[in-house]
Amino acid sequence: MRGEGVERVPPELIYFSTRSGNTHRFIQKLDLPARRIPLERDAQALAATRPFVLVTPTYGGGGAKGAVPAPVIRFLNDPGNRELLMGVVAAGNTNFGAAYGMAGRIIAEKCKVPLLYRFELLGTDEDVTRVSKGVREFWTRQH
Amino acid sequence: MNMNDGNLTRSEASRLSRVDAINWNRLQDDKDLEVWNRLTSNFWLPEKVPLSNDIPSWNTLTEPERRLTIRVFTGLTLLDTIQSSVGAPMLMPDARTPHEEAVYANIAFMEAVHARSYSSIFSTLCTTPEVDDAFRWSEENATLQAKADLVLARYRAEDPLMRKVASVFLESFLFYSGFYLPMYWSSHAKLTNTADLIRLIIRDEAVHGYYIGYKFQQDMAEQTPERQAEVKAYAYDLMLALYENEVAYTESLYDEVGLTEDVKVFLHYNANKALMNLGFEGLFPQEVCHVAPTILAALSPGADENHDFFSGSGSSYVVGRTEATEDDDWAF
Repeated sequence: MRGEGVERVPPELIYFSTRSGNTHRFIQKLDLPARRIPLERDAQALAATRPFVLVTPTYGGGGAKGAVPAPVIRFLNDPGNRELLMGVVAAGNTNFGAAYGMAGRIIAEKCKVPLLYRFELLGTDEDVTRVSKGVREFWTRQH
Repeated sequence: MNMNDGNLTRSEASRLSRVDAINWNRLQDDKDLEVWNRLTSNFWLPEKVPLSNDIPSWNTLTEPERRLTIRVFTGLTLLDTIQSSVGAPMLMPDARTPHEEAVYANIAFMEAVHARSYSSIFSTLCTTPEVDDAFRWSEENATLQAKADLVLARYRAEDPLMRKVASVFLESFLFYSGFYLPMYWSSHAKLTNTADLIRLIIRDEAVHGYYIGYKFQQDMAEQTPERQAEVKAYAYDLMLALYENEVAYTESLYDEVGLTEDVKVFLHYNANKALMNLGFEGLFPQEVCHVAPTILAALSPGADENHDFFSGSGSSYVVGRTEATEDDDWAF
């Protein structure tokens, strides 16, 4: 990984992506260590072991209800995971109006962490550059 | 329903095979139920929007502005009619699951609601001769008819993948030369109730484009690399043909009010999003995709706010500590 060796503690991303894989593809372009929250309810739960930034899609097209994907809620209901959450990046679609990237706003308020960034669908090259650079710098400031 | 039987294409097999009762308690793909629930909980009718509150605002528009608005909505009516009568039903024989077929039935019906809602706007705001004139215009406008022809040719061809490509381009790109205008009026505090109705349509179309694009990507994953490359090339070719026509359509409508260049930026932005719904990279560089903040704010309140924490002075941000969360807290 490109970032390793530069920062003392390399940043980690934990992310969720539905079967459509939009967020997964965005993560792959970032070139940062990342682990995926499992889709299936019966899968072994993912546990954070060090501080991380969460990247999540928003279930768009509705209001606040149901905006945060259920597997992300289950993940954050574990106090150990919440303790290590440093910030959130949210995917969405401006066509969903005020609900654009709402999962990010809800998590940021609920867990008292900054909403770092929002992007649409697969993310543009500009989004990839900003998040990739931004997460590394954010990390350096935190450590 | 979806057996691929020897020499028969999937759609032929589907048309010939028997119909089994749909069981929503046995899902092959969770996404079908997720989207069904989203679409049904978003159900709406134009009667719930107080369009008549826009009458005073409508009367402040100039005659060319009124004509433009009616024509734009007539063009949108044509697209919704196509999608309701041909586009969504044509996807049913290609469905991978019975639940996917049911989602297309919902999409077909909601497109009929959308098409109907433009007539509600007309009957509330416009005179009969104005509207008749616009429908005559829609039948005679070469670029509007060309866009219908480009899409319908793909819908009627025997290539299930291109049917989905054309459908996603209609849902996620072709509407936007029209959707621009009510967002523009709304950003000038005009026709705000009409804009509320259009936002409901935009929300629906976004789910449609996402879902059809998702099913397209599943179909694509099963193709050979050669076939994938071929379909991708066809998709970009179709986008370019549609874009070229959209530019001409946009000029024919918006030149008179001087908004053409602004609409084109909105087209680039949405063309890229349509391609992303298919899992492809955008076509237009970011420099030509920066939609005016007022339009973006009309589309998505708060979208113009700076949520790029990274570029701000984030170091001063105090990270609070967590509170107990339960499933109920999340109102899930």
